[in-house]
Amino acid sequence: MTQDAATTLTSAAAGNGPLALEATGLSKDFRLGRGAILHAVRDVNISLYKSAVVALVGESGSGKSTVARMLAGQERPTAGLIELDGERVDVRTGRAFRRYKSEVQYVFQDPFGSLNPVHSVGYHLARPVKLHQGRDVDVKKRVIELLEQVRLTPATQFEPKYPHELSGGQRQRVSFARALAAEPKVLLADEPVSMLDVSIRLEMLNLLDNLRKRLHLALLYITHDIASARYFADEVLVMYGGQVVERGPAEQVTQQPAHPYTQLLIASAPDPDNLGSVLKSGNSAPRARGAGTGPAAAGCPFSNRCPLADDKCRAENPALHQLTAVRAAACWRLSEAAPALVNGTA
Amino acid sequence: MSPVLDIKDLSIAYRTPGGDVRAATHVNLTINKGEVVGLCGESGSGKSTLAYGACRLLRPPAVITSGSVLYSGARTGSVMPVDILRLPQRDLRAIRWRDIAIVFQSAMNALNPVLRVRDQIIDATEAHLRLPKDAAREKAARLLDLVGIPRERLRSYPHELSGGMRQRVMIAMAMAADPEVVIMDEPTTALDVVVQRDILAQIVELKETLGFSVLFITHDMSLLLELCDRIAVMYAGRIVELGAAADLKDAAAHPYTQGLLRSFPSLHGARRELAGIPGTPPDLRDPPQGCPFIPRCGFARPGCEQVDMSLLPVPGGRSPLHVTACPFVTAADNATAAPQQQAAAAEGALS
Amino acid sequence: MKALARLWRRLPGTAKAGVIMLVVFLLIAIIGPEVIPDNPNVTTPLQAAAPSGAHFFGTTQTGQDVFSQFLVGVRLTLELAFWVGVIATGLSVIVGVTAAYVGGIVDELLSLLTNVFLVIPALPLLIVLLGFLNGTSAGQGQLPVIFVLSLLGWPWGARVVRAQALSIRSRDFIAAARETGERSWRIIVFDVIPNMVSLIAASFVNTVLYAVGASVALAFVGLTDPSSWSLGTMLYWAQLGNALQIGAWWWYVPPGLAVALLGTALVLLNTGIDELSNPRLRDARSATRIAGRRVWPTDPTPVFGAPHGRGGLAGFARSFSRKSLLDEAPVTAGNPEGR
Repeated sequence: MTQDAATTLTSAAAGNGPLALEATGLSKDFRLGRGAILHAVRDVNISLYKSAVVALVGESGSGKSTVARMLAGQERPTAGLIELDGERVDVRTGRAFRRYKSEVQYVFQDPFGSLNPVHSVGYHLARPVKLHQGRDVDVKKRVIELLEQVRLTPATQFEPKYPHELSGGQRQRVSFARALAAEPKVLLADEPVSMLDVSIRLEMLNLLDNLRKRLHLALLYITHDIASARYFADEVLVMYGGQVVERGPAEQVTQQPAHPYTQLLIASAPDPDNLGSVLKSGNSAPRARGAGTGPAAAGCPFSNRCPLADDKCRAENPALHQLTAVRAAACWRLSEAAPALVNGTA
Repeated sequence: MSPVLDIKDLSIAYRTPGGDVRAATHVNLTINKGEVVGLCGESGSGKSTLAYGACRLLRPPAVITSGSVLYSGARTGSVMPVDILRLPQRDLRAIRWRDIAIVFQSAMNALNPVLRVRDQIIDATEAHLRLPKDAAREKAARLLDLVGIPRERLRSYPHELSGGMRQRVMIAMAMAADPEVVIMDEPTTALDVVVQRDILAQIVELKETLGFSVLFITHDMSLLLELCDRIAVMYAGRIVELGAAADLKDAAAHPYTQGLLRSFPSLHGARRELAGIPGTPPDLRDPPQGCPFIPRCGFARPGCEQVDMSLLPVPGGRSPLHVTACPFVTAADNATAAPQQQAAAAEGALS
Repeated sequence: MKALARLWRRLPGTAKAGVIMLVVFLLIAIIGPEVIPDNPNVTTPLQAAAPSGAHFFGTTQTGQDVFSQFLVGVRLTLELAFWVGVIATGLSVIVGVTAAYVGGIVDELLSLLTNVFLVIPALPLLIVLLGFLNGTSAGQGQLPVIFVLSLLGWPWGARVVRAQALSIRSRDFIAAARETGERSWRIIVFDVIPNMVSLIAASFVNTVLYAVGASVALAFVGLTDPSSWSLGTMLYWAQLGNALQIGAWWWYVPPGLAVALLGTALVLLNTGIDELSNPRLRDARSATRIAGRRVWPTDPTPVFGAPHGRGGLAGFARSFSRKSLLDEAPVTAGNPEGR
């Protein structure tokens, strides 16, 4: 279904380095009670390049975390193909899974839950070093190196500490260090800063950015906050109802969104430069459309909330339509939603 | 501007075996009728402690060590304000929910998972309004109408509703007794941006219709700038800046507020230089001398340790009601000196 | 050592009492049989004699020294209960954690096994098994009892262990351990079980308690080897020798009291383990002392210098007698009590 778009569309992140991880046609269905099936992820294509950041933006329930878990090998895809360095990924056996883990690591969202309260920081870092670096490595030295890499210094002071003695930001740094201990090529960061204080989020993102540049990591940044994606990512993929509805360079997607859902996201974000405009003027366009309803079961998932939806939208699910060399959006009504972009390619 | 809730010199501490944790110190805050006041702060700032403490809802080992909370609602029957902190239990219970309602942070945790929505709303109305059964049911239905939820949902359990709907149910319950003041503790933090906007618009609409005041607590400064009339910024248990939203946005005077404003990546407008604030909040068990923000402040200087943290009007500010706890820094300093000094602080500081 | 001292301080008073009692019993068990005055089997012509200087706990109907029997009995009973505790708790942890971690069909099978053992009527099974074992060569001493009690004692713990293991398994740090590439057995042993230490300790103490009670009951009924001197065996012989009827209270009171006190000590210890592992239990159900006043969790936050801030039942009652403050004079700086 997305074949036409895929052949000529290039990722905005492609310029940063060689292709590290590629997923094509990724889908995941969950069987619910009484024969119902939840299509959590439908036909998603993602390419991660070294030294590049791809952001996966969406609300909860959009399928973004499921995509990440499939890329991490924690969930088996129902359909689709994942390739690491050009080779098909197979994580069926324990050994294959462990080998995959030395290349692709996943960082958890919750700094308070992702560290085992009974083990010290040193233990948390020593284990992956021992597992992935072989026998003749100086474990202690490597642990200190890792702590310094994530700027938890003086490292010797942090090494014996327990998770409850650290702040949220410090714990998240330990999580990063643990992921880096495996010396992966790809880092999948699932909402790495959402549970941290606002004033330290940027520092954490800067750290990730720094690590990405130094270690040439291919980074997948999953978030619900499209504003941070604008600053941090090279390419943004917007997900809704399990599908990618728009993709393109971060700045372009956030400044000139093409898909009606992306436009809604951008319009809903608080805009300090425009004090109280949406609220006080009583602009209820975002409100009026089925607030609180989930994605539509048939046709375009956004059709039950979209101001531009017509019968075709409700009947047929649109594929990603290429707008420029690096942008695409899945919508039948692009000529109304984003006339400038559509005319540009015409 | 008639004050509805006047918090004077409120100090709250937690008695732990390791000493008193001073969660809030000498806080002064006034909420006027029909006003939306924002309380902004990060973890450890004391914002939730302040709001719950003002209603005496904090559990041991919390103690209120000084201050008073004067409430002057229309229904107290007396012309003079009443000190909530010194009311007997029975009157305190009457004021709670009837005059001051609270919308809690995580609706999924605040709603009883084994009761239907209708029963929970009726519980709330029965406790405070003593309506007969059918009148209570009708009231519950009307409350749901008020927040835009279809009446059929009265029969649903909380887990059958989406996050946004659950939060609306919480708001509906808060409206049940027609309160004068509604305290909202991070009501939209767990929700998506689109749903969040809906809920906020709903709140504004209700406020215009029913005429209550709102104390909105959150860490999201950009939200407060859009929503509130006045904003109080808290750090380490103290208010460090207080003023009209427009004043804070254009001319934030306190270095912490300036730092916070720089921590939010904006979607609209040009790509700004983002910084954040290095370091972590202080240990409230052992509050430092003078200003608690010194270790993280790009403008710190020798006089900071003698600052007594009282709120004074911003020099050259647009309004005398825009006050700050920092006697040294103004909005003008923000634009010029801040980036270099922030960078210097960032080099040495660790999170 | 410092960690132990800290633990001791955190225990509530009742648990401390339990620990002290247990230590006394342990000392008796360790030292006792080394210093017994007489061989418990040896009969003397001093039949059913009351306690005296020569026999601290008197003699049985066949002239055996009750005190010696008692000292040996404490050791044997504690030994037996300890082994049952270890084996049954070990089994319950293995079954419970495996069922929770592996899930799927393994969980179904293990849960089925657990439920079957739970449902089987214990007493008939005990009688059958013990009867069978006693007839064989393995039927000497305590082994049959240990075997049988362990077999019947593990399912209870297994269910609780499985429940907690399930909740730990769903935590992020377990998924993170898998992400790191750890093997499943390592995750179970080093990541899951260390988080369950207090539950396992409580389960162990519970099982020991059960073993003490059950072994005494079995011995009393005569299902165990009557020649090995456990506390229950003493009671068995006391009953056979009509100790109650002949008024030889010194024969059955010491063992009976010992069993009761031992059981009490274990229960008290268990309450301490609960408190240690979940400090929130402490906060939720008891009053805290703040500034000399008792404050319950349901009271409004206490305010310094405010006489109306009384909490608890007394304050609740008082609030009915006083008329509403809302009708009284306002509260101002000069009139802080609104009179």
